[in-house]
Amino acid sequence: MTEATGGIEMEEDTSGKIKKFLYVNRKAPYGTIYALESLEVVLIAAAFDQDVSLAFIDDGVYEIAKGQHTKAIDVKNFSPTYRALEGYDIEKLFVEKESMDARGLKEEDFIVPVKVINAAEMADLMQSQDVILSF
Amino acid sequence: MLHTVNKSPTERNTLESCLKHLKKGSAVLLIEDGVYGALKGTSASKMVEQALKNHPIYALYPDIEARGMQDRVIDGIKLVDYSGFVDLVAEHPTVQAWL
Repeated sequence: MTEATGGIEMEEDTSGKIKKFLYVNRKAPYGTIYALESLEVVLIAAAFDQDVSLAFIDDGVYEIAKGQHTKAIDVKNFSPTYRALEGYDIEKLFVEKESMDARGLKEEDFIVPVKVINAAEMADLMQSQDVILSF
Repeated sequence: MLHTVNKSPTERNTLESCLKHLKKGSAVLLIEDGVYGALKGTSASKMVEQALKNHPIYALYPDIEARGMQDRVIDGIKLVDYSGFVDLVAEHPTVQAWL
């Protein structure tokens, strides 16, 4: 076995410590590829059974706005995928209140259940992570 | 002149800069992430409503709808489709695309 893999031990390590991962989303959907790329990385990372949280700040709050219909711009509407995250045990979604307010959005305008926190609480959340990936 | 803006007003200052440089007879068309500038109740709304008093402002409806913002557009902003976009370009002697 080790010969076939160049001497690298391929056995799955299940004893590793679970780390806290935070994905920070700051970009509106569709105008750039960041929002979709972030979502893809989150889905891939879901396979590794880590402690995952998502943060939506600045224009990132637009990613999870209800009522997206992309047929006319001929781009895939990926907003329903956020609803699938629950199935991967990714249930900690945080929206920054200040970002939401500046855009006239309310908690009921989002397609997924979120926890609304203020910027100071968001800073604490960031501080408490092992790994932060920013999009 | 027709000015097009394709950046969100809460991401860049593109819209603010565009509106500052409008001359009499100029129109603004918001496209792509620029359509977030067409919305009510945002930190940019007041600036846009002010410009709307002196200039026609248009927004590309397919981009509004893609982003789920169809019920939030400021009254007085005219919604256009792709052929309306083409008409606006044809009607104005010059186009300035603010990026």
